[in-house]
Amino acid sequence: VAVGQCGNQVGCRFWDLALREHAAVNKKGIYDEALSSFFRNVDTRSSGNGRDISKGKICSLKARALLIDMEEGVVNEILQGPLRDVFDSKQLITDVSGSGNNWAVGHKLYGCQYRENIVEKLRKTAEHCDCLQCFFIIHSMGGGTGSGLGTFVLNLLEDEFPEVYRFVTSVYPSGEDDVITSPYNSVLAMKELNEHADCVLPIENESLFDIVNKIQQMVNSGKLGSIVKQNSLVTSSASGTKAVQQKPFDAMNNIIANLLLNLTSSARFEGSLNMDLNEISMNLVPFPRLHYLVSSLTPLYTLADVNVPARRLDQMFSDAFSRDHQLIQADPKHSLYLACALLVRGNVQVSDLRRNIERLKPSLNFVSWNQEGWKTGLCSVPPVGHSHSLLALANNTCVKPTFMELKDRFMRLYKKKAHLHHYLHIDGMEQSCFSEAISSLSDLIEEYNELDATKNGPGIDPTRLKIAM
Amino acid sequence: MSIVTVQLGQCGNQIGHEVFNAVCSDVLGKHGLCSKKEDESYQDACKERFFSEEKAGVPVARAVLIDMEPKVISKTLAVAARSGYWKYDDRSHFCQKQGSGNNWANGYSVHGPKHKDAIMNLVQKEAEKCDRLSGFVTIMSMAGGTGSGLGAFVTQCLRDAFPASFILNHIIWPYGTGEVIVQNYNSVLTLSHLYRSSDALLVHENDVVHKICAQLLNIKQISFRDVNQVIAHQLGSVFQPVYTAESALHYSRNPLGDLMETLVPHPEFKMLGLRNIPQMPENSLAYSTFSWPGLIKHLRQMLIANATMEEGIDWQVRPPCPGSSIPTRHSTSKPLHFNTSIANLVILRGKDMHSADIGSFQDPALYTSWLNPQDAFNLWKTPRAFNKYEKSAALVSNSQFLLKPLDKLVGKAWNMFASKAYIHQYTKYGIEEDNFLDSFTALEQVISSYATL
Repeated sequence: VAVGQCGNQVGCRFWDLALREHAAVNKKGIYDEALSSFFRNVDTRSSGNGRDISKGKICSLKARALLIDMEEGVVNEILQGPLRDVFDSKQLITDVSGSGNNWAVGHKLYGCQYRENIVEKLRKTAEHCDCLQCFFIIHSMGGGTGSGLGTFVLNLLEDEFPEVYRFVTSVYPSGEDDVITSPYNSVLAMKELNEHADCVLPIENESLFDIVNKIQQMVNSGKLGSIVKQNSLVTSSASGTKAVQQKPFDAMNNIIANLLLNLTSSARFEGSLNMDLNEISMNLVPFPRLHYLVSSLTPLYTLADVNVPARRLDQMFSDAFSRDHQLIQADPKHSLYLACALLVRGNVQVSDLRRNIERLKPSLNFVSWNQEGWKTGLCSVPPVGHSHSLLALANNTCVKPTFMELKDRFMRLYKKKAHLHHYLHIDGMEQSCFSEAISSLSDLIEEYNELDATKNGPGIDPTRLKIAM
Repeated sequence: MSIVTVQLGQCGNQIGHEVFNAVCSDVLGKHGLCSKKEDESYQDACKERFFSEEKAGVPVARAVLIDMEPKVISKTLAVAARSGYWKYDDRSHFCQKQGSGNNWANGYSVHGPKHKDAIMNLVQKEAEKCDRLSGFVTIMSMAGGTGSGLGAFVTQCLRDAFPASFILNHIIWPYGTGEVIVQNYNSVLTLSHLYRSSDALLVHENDVVHKICAQLLNIKQISFRDVNQVIAHQLGSVFQPVYTAESALHYSRNPLGDLMETLVPHPEFKMLGLRNIPQMPENSLAYSTFSWPGLIKHLRQMLIANATMEEGIDWQVRPPCPGSSIPTRHSTSKPLHFNTSIANLVILRGKDMHSADIGSFQDPALYTSWLNPQDAFNLWKTPRAFNKYEKSAALVSNSQFLLKPLDKLVGKAWNMFASKAYIHQYTKYGIEEDNFLDSFTALEQVISSYATL
């Protein structure tokens, strides 16, 4: 479910790259299990509603998606572009005037107005699934639609589909965000994420920007020589490689799209140690509210050749833990790990995994009750244009600074009651919404503080049960 | 008599597949090094045990494949059929779509009851294909959700539905670091439940097998396939046909019953470890010669020094002299800790095995005092060589082999439990803190029993 401008722009990249990935793997054009995780196969020959075809040749692929935006520009552009046939007109919800960068407009006003419509469309997409395991929501936190209406949808999903996992990819605003009210929007959205999401993957534009620049530098410096694969999913976009523009959102959005592809790779493709989405939630969320996962993707620089010697492979693992590969401004190495997952794709075996875990473990701090807290997955199918890749997901206290800064920016506005009236005059909004939201964020930060306090303490093992002989 | 194998979860299915491969290639290979008559006897016994005949073509494995997601079973069925030497019964599998999420409670409390009928129907069908059913071997890992949780549930169902049959759980002990974060919880819950319904637990530790691949087989980039093939080889060395003391003229007909009788005299002691010698890269086999005295000497020292393979054995460890005190649990850090056994089974396969002298295994000093050493040790053998090894010896041991790993595992799980981490994921499906406490108590009891041997 892509909500708002950011959500839909990322969504668009995601669907493009997903098609590309499956096209590279699926040579015979048969609609298989892997494809069915993201796409329906629709018979468009019959008039009226296309029937779903569950097997056989691919007829027409339709994305299992809902595109929501309170202004039309972005969605219209998608519908006129090369992906227009991938989306059903019944999967779209748009309006004209936008949310004015106001969470309350998105959440309360449009939420109320579009509730029935959203529920109905969600139900329809769910009905088309044999076995619905997970919803992905893609949105930004700083604006009005993605932030407000996006978290409204999150609430709806919990109400209507309580058994289905809710993974949220949230783009957090950077310090120099040009939306003045982004701290309000973000903190109000955070409360919803705290309470209704199973897993959140926070992303910061600054990090994406830095990564894109680094890749560009390496490409331009010629260090990679002739082995740079031009059609790798990291750098390509719908119309081939583009020169870096002032706001290279496509390249940045590609990174998020790749994150989602790698996250779901082991669920779609086979491997010697599968890792499904419900396993990610199970292993990485030790306490219900601590469900914020810092992600890193490697290699971004090594657009590599096929026979990479072991030395290069190990570099991929090292890079996953370096601060400049993280998708938020964070340094997991110098904070405390609650849990860590490594999802490897391509020609990597269990011994490579073990060797690198043994090697990197001593330099990482794990919480006392989870000293060997690693979750690993091996997927045989590498991403297009690479021979192997690694996605690292960390439940780590290094998210704390991001949240603390958010709280600070919020407080600077809130203390002066700046712009509050824009929110409070919306039906359903009260001052308590703000105080509850900041309280929720403070509590979360406090939980991370308490964990951090245990970091250097002596780990005293609790006494074991004694058996009477 | 036949064995029905129940393959559970990704691990169980991947290993089960390698086991049938190993058994099949052993039988079809021309490395029996024995008389034709002997070879034919062996083949017949093996076929009856593991395969049913199909009218046209290849033998069909006596197996039920179970998984809560479809990808592994699809691949397993396809690869087996492609081999051209054997296959699985196309209908003998059960899968779902969404997996168990590494959640024992999900496997045990949700998938178990929901799919009990469908699964037990398949097992019943396989059992009915057997003229005589020796029992069931389930293959599962402890770390995940399906093999562990659903495996524990299915084992209980097997016990209820087949009270007269033997049940052996073959269990994969996960790597100490990093497979699944909640692996210690899943393992504690699995072991405690299996202890109630199973006859014996035969354990393979991933860390140990990994070392064998690295140091003995010299494999550079070890894959799970390599690990699984070693496990399959070791299992084959136990379950391929043999002559026992009671069944000296024809291949023993009751492999599981015989195993239980020799190794599990007391229901408190069900943990079996497996050692195999020699293990070497295939291309070295042609250049190696083996002697029974050498193999037996090494195997015995592996037993008493608790060595996991034939390299790096501590030869300093000696059985205690009569009258001296046996080290207690708290001195497990002492390097000369001696591995006390309840019962041992040695299996010799290959040329001249009747000349092999196993007297050293009958030394009463190896065993705990409450069993007659005559009863504590058993020998099975066959002149038919196994899987290209001219001579090979296997040891299945009910001893303190698994005491330290079990103690460590329970310690780590308890440590995590004390902080209540991840508990909400289990209570969500009906496994409460009390259930955990029961499981911890049961395992502390097992640890204590083995420690005071």
